[in-house]
Amino acid sequence: MPTPFPRGRSAMVTVRVLLFPVVGGLTMMGCAAHVSRSQSTMSPLPPTSDAGRELTADQQVLQVINRLTFGARPGEAAQVRAMGVDRWIGRQLNPESIDDRDANAFVARFPTYAASIGQLQSDYPPPAKVLLARRAAAGANNGPVTGEDSMATRVARRAANRVVLDLQTIRVARAEISQRQLQEVMTDFWLNHFTVYDRKGAQMRYYLPDFDRDVIRPHALGKFRDLLEAVAKSPAMLFYLDNWESAADSTEPTMAPRPGQRTFARAPQGDGALTPPRRRRELGLNENYGRELLELHTLGVDGGYTQQDVINVARALTGWSIARPQEGSGFRFRPQFHDAGPKVVLGHALPAGRGIEDGEDVLDIVARHPSTARYIARKLCQRFAGDAPPQELVDRAAATFTRTDGDIRQVVWTIVTSPEFYARSAYRSKVKSPFEVVVSALRAVDAAPDTTPRTAQIIARMGEPIFGHQAPNGYPETGESWMNTGAILNRINFGLAVAAQRIPGASLDRWPDTRALMTAPRAAQVDGVVASILGGDASPDTRAILLSGEDPLLAAAGPTGDEATDAAAAGTRGTSRPSPDTTSGTRSASRPASIDGAMAGSAMSADGMEADDMVGTNGGQAAGRGGFGRLPSLQGLAQVVGLALGAPEFQRR
Amino acid sequence: MQRRVFVKSGALALVTMGLSPRFLRRTAFGMELPAARKGKVLVCLFQRGAADGLNVVVPHGEQAYYAMRPNIAVPRPSASAPLSAIDLDGFFGLHPSLAPFKPLYDRKLLGIIHAVGSPSTTRSHFDAQDYMESGTPDDKATTDGWLNRYLAVHGTCDECKLQGAATGAGSPDRGSAFRAVAFAPQTPRILEGPSPTVAMNSLDEFSVRATGTQAERLEALYRTGSADIVHATGTETFDAVRMLRSANPQQYQPANNATYPRSQFGQRLKQIAQLIKADVGLEIAFADVGGWDTHVNQGGATGQLAQRLDDFAQSIGALVTDIGDRIGDVTILSMSEFGRMVKENGNGGTDHGHAGAMFVIGGDVHGGKVHGHWPGLQPEQLYEGRDLALTTDFRAVFSEVTARHLGARRLDAIFPGYTQGPPLGLMG
Repeated sequence: MPTPFPRGRSAMVTVRVLLFPVVGGLTMMGCAAHVSRSQSTMSPLPPTSDAGRELTADQQVLQVINRLTFGARPGEAAQVRAMGVDRWIGRQLNPESIDDRDANAFVARFPTYAASIGQLQSDYPPPAKVLLARRAAAGANNGPVTGEDSMATRVARRAANRVVLDLQTIRVARAEISQRQLQEVMTDFWLNHFTVYDRKGAQMRYYLPDFDRDVIRPHALGKFRDLLEAVAKSPAMLFYLDNWESAADSTEPTMAPRPGQRTFARAPQGDGALTPPRRRRELGLNENYGRELLELHTLGVDGGYTQQDVINVARALTGWSIARPQEGSGFRFRPQFHDAGPKVVLGHALPAGRGIEDGEDVLDIVARHPSTARYIARKLCQRFAGDAPPQELVDRAAATFTRTDGDIRQVVWTIVTSPEFYARSAYRSKVKSPFEVVVSALRAVDAAPDTTPRTAQIIARMGEPIFGHQAPNGYPETGESWMNTGAILNRINFGLAVAAQRIPGASLDRWPDTRALMTAPRAAQVDGVVASILGGDASPDTRAILLSGEDPLLAAAGPTGDEATDAAAAGTRGTSRPSPDTTSGTRSASRPASIDGAMAGSAMSADGMEADDMVGTNGGQAAGRGGFGRLPSLQGLAQVVGLALGAPEFQRR
Repeated sequence: MQRRVFVKSGALALVTMGLSPRFLRRTAFGMELPAARKGKVLVCLFQRGAADGLNVVVPHGEQAYYAMRPNIAVPRPSASAPLSAIDLDGFFGLHPSLAPFKPLYDRKLLGIIHAVGSPSTTRSHFDAQDYMESGTPDDKATTDGWLNRYLAVHGTCDECKLQGAATGAGSPDRGSAFRAVAFAPQTPRILEGPSPTVAMNSLDEFSVRATGTQAERLEALYRTGSADIVHATGTETFDAVRMLRSANPQQYQPANNATYPRSQFGQRLKQIAQLIKADVGLEIAFADVGGWDTHVNQGGATGQLAQRLDDFAQSIGALVTDIGDRIGDVTILSMSEFGRMVKENGNGGTDHGHAGAMFVIGGDVHGGKVHGHWPGLQPEQLYEGRDLALTTDFRAVFSEVTARHLGARRLDAIFPGYTQGPPLGLMG
């Protein structure tokens, strides 16, 4: 039974004082993965010192795992410790060097994720479009909707829903099994910073895989300026914040004459294909993206810009739009909508008569603005170091941002090797988000990744639907915002459901400690569970309560064969005991579906027409059913696991 | 056999293992629940998808209505035809599926506002719902919902936290865990923000899914240890669970022979009635109902929209029946993001329009009347030549309801940027 972190052990391990060329270190470690070209041009990470780190070596390992990954898998802490925290971080900051075949193989199972936007639109057309096409073909515009129509619509809806459901499934699974954990954490961070909403309109779903795959991930640890431009040109963001339909006001010159000047007949992608060709409507300047670009994506609300800056940023970005579906729905600059008048943005003059360069200059200006360095640095400090990061740390991170021209990798390195990151006050100071609670629990018990969207739906039920935040500010980076009464209940019940093996892929059989602990006395079980799930660190109260389930009579007698069998039966209720290498997919798919209906309560819909869109087939049947169903009474090891996952310590990272 | 031993010894262990005195006082010796107080309740109902106000509250006095809707108009009131509009005042009538509303109108509990909605020109569901919930039309930068702003400014939340610390959650005033409850899978936009709210699919969900000592141990985990936000919230949670359990939602029997539809909406309204009657400190309840985006084959006196209205009216009617005299403390407010085009389309449906109609029901309502100013349906009277024009800003309705029913004073903070006009006379 591994107890890698006996409590109270003093820091006697010397962390590498100097960490030098990380790339060299990787080669030494014999990583087989290819080294990408970009890596060779990466600036080396500066050396670090462990002077001023208040946490013990063991606590440093826990802190690193808690903040730079989605939680420890069994044995992970020992690996990090063996490698040394700084070297481990350096490796994570070069994700291309890490072999990630399991995650890649998982992702490869989903054709919707690899498909282009255009391909998705033709392979999974919006249900409303299917219905309209059927009726038009039948010449039955005014007749009743037939049963066949309804059936065809349902089939189309289910197919179209797959696009988002698959993506949500992949997000959860990657967080759970990817070896490139910091890459996943940063992807999560940027997807939230540049949040988009899956039900903004019927076509949003087609833009999302591209956004995750080609916009955010490749730049998650790259240069901020590159990331910003990828986002600014992404159909997902152009659509979410309306820039695709922003055009020069009539008083301004444009780059090209507009056909039917000032109006156009139909949006490139109409909102909801059931809407017949829109009335010709006035196009004009839409400030939405311009405002959020400054307020939320770069300078921050107090970043020192004016309403006139917002207008001029929006003017500079007019014409940044989306190509028509038949042209693949990619980024398209439309000169006829671009405001070619002169503008001043944050004190920089943009001359008249230009086109797409206006917007590119704006991205340069805002990406290099000192307020952006402070704003991004502060937000990263909040994610990694604590809800209220010390100003000195923010200042140093911002200085790194400025010095390296927005090299995200370097900024993260500055933060996570700082004394503030390893301060006692930073230890377990963050409350986990629902996504983090769920994924960290599944990692703790070494669950197999869920090939269905059910785990993602659990996260949604706990308040953090993936691509489901409506407003452009994203979910809060401050952990404490997640604490409310409903949240605690959901977390406790989720922990119980994991322990009861009611969560897809979560089976205590997969847990390496199970065999050893199943028949062990309660005290040993508690030690093992605290070590594996609570990082070896539980308060005396928590430990006492975990221990309190022990039946003194049974304990005195020692475990007998019968009791061990009982405990095993309780632990594996409803499933045969699979061998450890059983493929996750088939097992999770055939799990008892007790959480299904409850998790699939019909989504709050952004569009009544799609009321049952989000969760596919089960919408609306969940009323009156409990969130996690009735759970079996837990005994033995499962009981300790359920308590540990529900404990206050597990809610923190 | 073994289980009995286990349970007993588990309970014993809890007592003997030296938990904090506070914990023992609150569990072993029973916790005193704060005395509940009967307060005012606002029930907000969102019809998502843009309900067709013109077929819901029918302007049967308008010839243009019948001219523009040859296939889907609701027939003029007729004593001999049950499938005709239910006359209210000689000009307006209720859709026949809204029959349960007629007695409420006659009892002056039901008020209607017509030609009401958002001043924004948008015809996007997403944007229009966003505006109606944020309470700031055409301003997408607002991150919280107007109901949450109400919660935050009314009685101020700092105050409630102080009270919560002194008396435990569920204190009758502002500290109840059930002060704002949304029956929805996630917190809806209208309730998003810093003030605590609860979102759930059903009351059933608000419990710990463990039995006996396991549940006790989970509670003990949060009642002991440090006094941080996680423990504090956990403690509040268990208090709230206890409070709800004492209200015994599983055994609920609606009063006065109220019969709720078996639909999700009906069941959610039933649970709202339960919470109202259980006196758990409910102040804001929210539920939404979809299916109003009737582009195709919407029907007239019967058909698709009629079915949606059946469920809508029967559910609300059952709630009013069920809560009996408590309707004096309750206001029910319905809303939908915009109305629909006056002219029917080529698919027997209607496309996205502008103004619509809202219902306000309750003892504080100046009912038995269709409020607002009717703009008419002649071509030159229509918004952009096609839609019912807007004569009442939705914020005027929301403001009056929150001020007159809930006693909100800081309307400027709830609806920033909105200049209050003269009262509508909607609330009595």
